[in-house]
Amino acid sequence: MIGLPQASGFAGRVDGLFDTLLGLSCAVVLGVFVVMIWFCVKYRHGSPADRRGESHRHLGIELTWTLIPMAMFIGLFAWSVKLWVVLRTPPADATPIYVVAKQWMWKVQHVGGQREIDTLHVPLGQPIRLVMTSQDVIHSFYVPAFRVKQDVLPDRYTDLWFTATKAGTYHLFCAEFCGTDHARMGGEVVVMTPTDYAKWLHAHAGTGLAAQGAAMFRRFGCSGCHDPHAGVHAPDLDNLYGSTVPLSDGSQVLADERYLHDAIMLPKLQVAAGYAPIMPSYQDRIDESDVLALIAYLKSRSKHAEIVDEYR
Amino acid sequence: MSTAERTASSYLEEGYSLRSWLGTRDHKRIAILYALGITFFFFLGGVAAALIRLELVTPTGDVLSAETYNKAFTFHGVVMVWFFLIPSIPATLGNFLLPLMIGARDMAFPRLNLFSWYLYIVGGLFTIACLLLGGVDTGWTFYTPFSTMFSNSNVMLAVVGVFVVGFSSIFTGLNFIVTIHTMRAPGMTSFRLPLFVWSMYAVALVMMLATPVLAMTLALIGLERLFGVGIFDPALGGDPLLFQHFFWFYSHPAVYIMVLPAMGVVSELITAGVRRRIFGYKFMVYAIVGIAVVGFLVWGHHMFVSGQSMYAGIIFSILSFIIAVPSAIKVFNWTATLYKGDIRFTAPLLYALGFVGLFMLGGLTGLFLAATALDVSLTDTYFVVAHFHYIMVGGSVMAYLGGIHFWWPKITGRLYSEAWARFAAILMFFGFNLTFFPQYVLGWEGMPRRYHEYLPQYQVLNVLSSAGATILAVSYLLPLGYLLWSLRHGARAGANPWNAQGLEWTTASPPPLRNFGETPQVTDGPYAYEQP
Repeated sequence: MIGLPQASGFAGRVDGLFDTLLGLSCAVVLGVFVVMIWFCVKYRHGSPADRRGESHRHLGIELTWTLIPMAMFIGLFAWSVKLWVVLRTPPADATPIYVVAKQWMWKVQHVGGQREIDTLHVPLGQPIRLVMTSQDVIHSFYVPAFRVKQDVLPDRYTDLWFTATKAGTYHLFCAEFCGTDHARMGGEVVVMTPTDYAKWLHAHAGTGLAAQGAAMFRRFGCSGCHDPHAGVHAPDLDNLYGSTVPLSDGSQVLADERYLHDAIMLPKLQVAAGYAPIMPSYQDRIDESDVLALIAYLKSRSKHAEIVDEYR
Repeated sequence: MSTAERTASSYLEEGYSLRSWLGTRDHKRIAILYALGITFFFFLGGVAAALIRLELVTPTGDVLSAETYNKAFTFHGVVMVWFFLIPSIPATLGNFLLPLMIGARDMAFPRLNLFSWYLYIVGGLFTIACLLLGGVDTGWTFYTPFSTMFSNSNVMLAVVGVFVVGFSSIFTGLNFIVTIHTMRAPGMTSFRLPLFVWSMYAVALVMMLATPVLAMTLALIGLERLFGVGIFDPALGGDPLLFQHFFWFYSHPAVYIMVLPAMGVVSELITAGVRRRIFGYKFMVYAIVGIAVVGFLVWGHHMFVSGQSMYAGIIFSILSFIIAVPSAIKVFNWTATLYKGDIRFTAPLLYALGFVGLFMLGGLTGLFLAATALDVSLTDTYFVVAHFHYIMVGGSVMAYLGGIHFWWPKITGRLYSEAWARFAAILMFFGFNLTFFPQYVLGWEGMPRRYHEYLPQYQVLNVLSSAGATILAVSYLLPLGYLLWSLRHGARAGANPWNAQGLEWTTASPPPLRNFGETPQVTDGPYAYEQP
């Protein structure tokens, strides 16, 4: 793509597909235009061209220009899907960074407790996985220089991954119309060398996300029921993240980020088998950044924390 | 004497009172009523477009506030899609020509036809009321939960307007299908139908099957917005992606509602302009039907980055590539029709050739968007804006205006100035490309759509686009001028000024109330131009 920096591991590969498709399209357009103009000149009214006879041996010609484009389309499709699967499959060792969108700002939380608004700092050469949700309407996280974009939905996690390959500062846009200041809901992504990044993390370190979650676990009263010593019959949360939970309706669900989110916000949706549906909803009492901290805390209590989530 | 006068008088002379128009059941008069309505809405939507392009001349927001800008592009979209493009060709040219082309005296349900027009007007009044009371800022796509729980604008008025006009589409579709099935003249078999009639048949099916889904979806928006029933907003237990599935299940086929009729029109224009049978008639028919059917199965390509699963993305991607095949067939067949033709570059043919070029550019860029890995970058940028304007404006509007020029002598009995018409067609082609081609580049370079303000690096291309829009506006105003002029001053057309094939050219211009003196007998396929 002209004028756009190629700043992620995908950029070159996406542009390769783009340029090929562009080349093919130009060839088709040129071909059809040349033929069209040739016919228009040759067979203009009053020209002496020979117009006798039928113009067509239909079937062969029709099949030719049906099957050749079809084969080309299938080839392009296969190429694109190969790349698409890579784009949509974060590697297991990707560092998670949490993003909460709201009208009209991007809030970012790093695992170490660093927080930023409308800016995202990432290290060079290391796969990063953004786990994103919205506090209100649908937004979309778009970094043209990385060739990545993903809609960000309320009450649901979507994710997006990339490996930055070029240090620098790149534009971040909201790409899904989200109300009055949609055009201003932007920011920047700062790609730093690993040493600079480590320095940056250190300078901005706060209480780690899991530790924040642990504090909230008590503050919101979760521990009142979910502590092993509590008097209430509530599920034990050790090793919950990444495990398979049997539900009261007989089905099973993987306890991923989405499940934990829903369990806090919409507990009636999926009730664990063997427990009474007594958990209250925290929907009106807790915001999405706090839910992310709670999930980070629950992850820290689980030996399955490495799993890659199922919801994609 | 009285009977002779009777056969000589045209449908335009069957009464001059307002009542004779507003109470008419003549398909030709209803077509004129529609034409007046959609012309009004076209220029109204055009004013909104002009405001958008004016605002985008500079990177900062200076002409309109952010809120007004959002309302301007929403109004532009709602009006142009539902009150201009969807009814444009079917409700005007389709209504006028369908009975004439199949040798019928009227539509199957003349009263329903008039009722459809009144629904269109009522829907339009709601939309105008919405504008007068402050407008709506959701985008024409009404995405939830923004439209249901967050927008403070007049969402319900806009939704009711679109809901009502949707029924106008459904009834028009019903009328077309029944008319084509039951009212063809003797000898007019399926494969003797002009391609325009085939395209009207396909579009009627899509209208009938897809539009009810839109109605249902809009009703659900109303339920959630007015009564807080949780359907789309997750805070109420709903699912916002459900809305997108419903919406695009209608709105992708709706794209074909806009473009299939254009394909039908262009097939008529090219054959008449080059005096040749259409190349590959049956393939053209199968392509129309194929597009209409597969068009129902590709809606998810609007949702590749929405949170839809990766596997759904793969399925919708291959289906979207497949639907490009019949479109490619059509472009090749139109081009091949020129071969050994006797080509006169009349205004309608210029419009038709312009359509083929612009439709091809729009279609090819559709492949970029069907390729999931590219769509990730391109979706919700100006690339998409350019793509669908090439199809819907470059394609459908060019074809609509080409059709209006081609059948104007039949509709009004008058000839317009060929020179002016050719000039307007060429100006439109250049104005259009100058407006929208830069938007492809803007999209490649990452400019998101629906932005009231933008980064300074995008300014040059935006200025080019706005300059093009000025030319485009002039080219749209020109026909309004010379066509109206022709009503009073144009030469009498005669029954068949183009010397074209087709039953509509066998009757007088303008046609009498009952279309034909006696029922025509059909003995040959369409486009039976003499071949040397």
